[in-house]
Amino acid sequence: MELTPDDVKRVAELARIELTEDETRAFVKDLNDILRYVNRLQQVDTEGVEPAYHVVPLENVMRVDCVTPSLPVDEALDGTTGRSGDYFKVPRILDVD
Amino acid sequence: MPLTDYEIVIGLEVHAELKTESKAFCGCSTKFGGRPNSHVCPVCLGLPGVLPVLNRKALEYAILAGLALNCRIAERSRFDRKQYFYPDLPKAYQISQLDFPICSNGSIDIPADEELGGGTRRVGITRVHLEEEAGKLVHSGSGILDSEYSLADYNRGGIPLIEIVSEPDIRSPLEARRYLEQLKLLLQYTGVSDCKMEEGSLRCDANISLRRKGESKLGVRCEIKNMNSFKAVEAALQQEAERQAELLDSGEPVISQTRAWDEATGTTVFMRTKETSSDYRYFPDPDLAPIVVTADMVEEIRRRLPEMPDEKRRRYVNEFQIPEYDASLICGSKPLADYFDSVVAVYEGSPKTVANWVMGELLRLVNQEKIEVESVRITPRQFAALLRLVDEGVISGSIAKTVFEEMFATGEDPDKIVARKGLKQISDAGELASIIDRVLAANSQAVESIKSGNQKAVGFLVGQVMKETHGKANPQIVNKLLKERLGL
Amino acid sequence: MDVIDRPLYELARLLESGEVSAEELAVEFLSRIDKVDGIVGAFVTVDREGTLSGARMADKARRAGEAPSHLAGIPIAVKDNMCTRGIETTCSSKMLRGFVPPYDAHVVERVKAAGMLVIGKTNLDEFAMGSSTENSALRVTRNPWNLQRVPGGSSGGSAAAVAASEAPAALGSDTGGSVRVPASYCGIVGMKPTYGLVSRYGVVAYASSLDQVGPLAANVRDCAIMLRVIAGHDPRDSMSIDAEIPDYEAQLGRDIAGKVIGLPKEYFAEGIEPGVRDAVLEAAKQLSKLGVEVEEVSLPTVEYALAAYYIIASSEASSNLARFDGVRYGHRAEGAVDSVSMFMKTRAEGFGPEVKRRIMMGTYSLSAGYYDAYYKKASQVRSTLKSDFDRVFERCDALLTPTAPTTAFPIGERIDDPMSMYMSDVCTVTANLAGIPGISLPCGWQDGLPIGMQLLGKRFSEATLLQLAYAYEQAAGYPSRKAPVTKDRGCCSCH
Ligand SMILES: [Mg+2]
Ligand SMILES: [Zn+2]
Repeated sequence: MELTPDDVKRVAELARIELTEDETRAFVKDLNDILRYVNRLQQVDTEGVEPAYHVVPLENVMRVDCVTPSLPVDEALDGTTGRSGDYFKVPRILDVD
Repeated sequence: MPLTDYEIVIGLEVHAELKTESKAFCGCSTKFGGRPNSHVCPVCLGLPGVLPVLNRKALEYAILAGLALNCRIAERSRFDRKQYFYPDLPKAYQISQLDFPICSNGSIDIPADEELGGGTRRVGITRVHLEEEAGKLVHSGSGILDSEYSLADYNRGGIPLIEIVSEPDIRSPLEARRYLEQLKLLLQYTGVSDCKMEEGSLRCDANISLRRKGESKLGVRCEIKNMNSFKAVEAALQQEAERQAELLDSGEPVISQTRAWDEATGTTVFMRTKETSSDYRYFPDPDLAPIVVTADMVEEIRRRLPEMPDEKRRRYVNEFQIPEYDASLICGSKPLADYFDSVVAVYEGSPKTVANWVMGELLRLVNQEKIEVESVRITPRQFAALLRLVDEGVISGSIAKTVFEEMFATGEDPDKIVARKGLKQISDAGELASIIDRVLAANSQAVESIKSGNQKAVGFLVGQVMKETHGKANPQIVNKLLKERLGL
Repeated sequence: MDVIDRPLYELARLLESGEVSAEELAVEFLSRIDKVDGIVGAFVTVDREGTLSGARMADKARRAGEAPSHLAGIPIAVKDNMCTRGIETTCSSKMLRGFVPPYDAHVVERVKAAGMLVIGKTNLDEFAMGSSTENSALRVTRNPWNLQRVPGGSSGGSAAAVAASEAPAALGSDTGGSVRVPASYCGIVGMKPTYGLVSRYGVVAYASSLDQVGPLAANVRDCAIMLRVIAGHDPRDSMSIDAEIPDYEAQLGRDIAGKVIGLPKEYFAEGIEPGVRDAVLEAAKQLSKLGVEVEEVSLPTVEYALAAYYIIASSEASSNLARFDGVRYGHRAEGAVDSVSMFMKTRAEGFGPEVKRRIMMGTYSLSAGYYDAYYKKASQVRSTLKSDFDRVFERCDALLTPTAPTTAFPIGERIDDPMSMYMSDVCTVTANLAGIPGISLPCGWQDGLPIGMQLLGKRFSEATLLQLAYAYEQAAGYPSRKAPVTKDRGCCSCH
């Protein structure tokens, strides 16, 4: 499985990162190098092995349904450069969710 | 070829907000509305470094909903991240469930479309899973696509939701509506959701396809979004079924796509094809521990299930001797059934009397004033007190209706209204005698008629006395006194 | 000895006895930073005012007998991926320049609760992705032992700060070796605790199932003290474990005779520099002189650990870093006419090449059609690796390995070759995948550069690891050596 420039562009689109042509070329090489290395995983026999998504033997970690204070509106909006009134402003949305 | 030559196949996906106090993964309030971005914290704003912790109530509510929908509750389930970029989604992923939903394999029964032969339609529930709500976008223009910019408010972001996915068992737009009504009723009974479509706490997307009658292979389906009422769901599905039928009739293929219902034009419009739909890159959320639900936990939660509509209806018919139709009508609305139950609980008389008043006067005024049962000002205690005044002969039944109207308008106690307006029933023979004298004197013709054997005219005279007393006279006593006076 | 060269435990004693005030201490460390940080480049933010006023408050509290702990008034350095209320937290990324969190990370709360002072925020590889701190968008950090060499990464700023005596101890985060590798390159002690021992709340997530905060200190005792400060249950991290935290310091000095240490042969295979291998094997001999039984063991899955690590870490990172879209905080590209192009430009401008590389790799690993072959497969291998460890820990109290295959490498040497950079973590990623604790401490010098050895233990065996490390450190006579950042060369000769 060799990644092509089109594959890289598709992934960049999914990851929402605009790439220059140079970057695309560099990522084709880098990602293929990395994939060649990680493909060694296919040698491991994992037939019937439960994947470990967590290494902590915890389950049912929950909190009680209790309201705690929210941030003051000004603090919530403090980090954005796109404040408009009490909102976060974003430019035109072209894709309907 | 008319639409009736096709079988319509519909499956619905419903999102219902859960009525917890705090959000699914943080402590912010779930209150509707409020100043924009005032119910947010680092967690639901997705600030760097923050972590989610599951609200126990949200899980319990999802299980409760699953039980009400006859689902199997998963022993093991987990949360996955559904990833996509959108301005209303703070972390660029929604915490949801993919492979291991909390509930699955349920069903609900609805009356099947009479035009399709009637009877009962059992609609399978594929799954019920728990997830978090996105924020709300306000657009600068009239809609999302024609807006120069949009404004994000994350107050709603992070409220717990259940997504309820049905099997494609629904066969007509009418059935789709009935399914939604029944689903809403069941969810309201369990108390897990308000199901207010107008506040967005209940939303519905529909999948619809057509196939020639008798064929078993499913046709190509389209997804319909943006329907804001049950009526809109029914109308949109009708429109879409006709659109697909026209395509098939003219030999054109139906193309799998997502369409939006446009309320203004009453049509569905193209949004996007299914091929360009996103690759959500689901994977197990490493920040959240797996959920293990034991049989004991399920039983404990099952005990919290209130009496459901069917049980309640049966109880009304069997224990209260309320007619089947009335019982169904009362049980068909959770607030109404709650109201009825709470009046019965404080009233010593017959529940049937309560039912008559609820079905009659109460619903008449509620419909006339176009208000919700929840906002009726008459308390169950006041309601019972009014019925008691009738039972004890303090006021007549017809006066009671006037008092009821007054109570409905003002929320005042019935005895106070009766006292203030002097509506007490006149049962005192002495007081009535002089009125009867006047009536007899003024209606000599009727008296003559009675004397010559026409018993019916007695009723007329009773009516006259009632009129004279503005309805306050006790009609039984008037009747008795009149008969005595006329020597009958 | 200058006060800045004293171990942290001694500073605590000096403060308690009144021989030195917190204010004097703060002034000393701040002037040390002024003197050397222009060259070392450990800090991205120094909180001069906060440190001085905090020190005065600590002195006042101590005089009144109300000091929150015996550590009150001791300054420490904090890696700049841990949120500090009111103090910029950048992750050494253009993406977060100017981001001032409205809250403290749990570990920062703990440090403050002990009365300790956050003297500044240290440089790191952008979003903790890297092994050399060269991926910082803000500045270059140099190894205090040799200014032409990297300090290791990604907690390179924290390690360099401690090695250059700019802070008595520091906090770092370790996702695949990011505390232990720089500790090793800088000749200090660094520990990655058991996953779940220290809360991740407020630490900007890189790979959620692997990230742990750990202390970096000049010696094992200081490391033990700092671990106790930050360890413990936090209900805001669902993966935080509610366990009793022992007094690690009090348990140091216990007899280690009879303990069994395994030497996993896979960690001594090709790729490990002979000098490094020999120093670690020499340490094994030293330990056996102390009565420890040393035996060779095997963990066959270790060969595949680095591959599994890069898939899991990149996948989780691609998801964790998706929130940096320019809407709510951080960098936002100017002039975008629609939201999607705003996201794409913001992320193109805000992230550096290594961060983009890992996001790309992770996005690919999770994308439709590849999930099973990559993310799921790597998670299965992780499971197998964990079983390997469970098996050897039935017999062994700890495992001894090199911390990194080499000593600190020259700045610029590996920056254009991602795979060779990734190899720096080959000995450390296993602990993160298995969720077990690991400690790195110096075990020798080669060409004037420190060599680190790593001790790995089963879950929650931090006390045992610290006891073994302490016994070795005492026997070997470390840490008598101090980085020569100014002593040998002086500030000016380094330019
Ligand atoms: Mg959903
Ligand atoms: Zn919140």
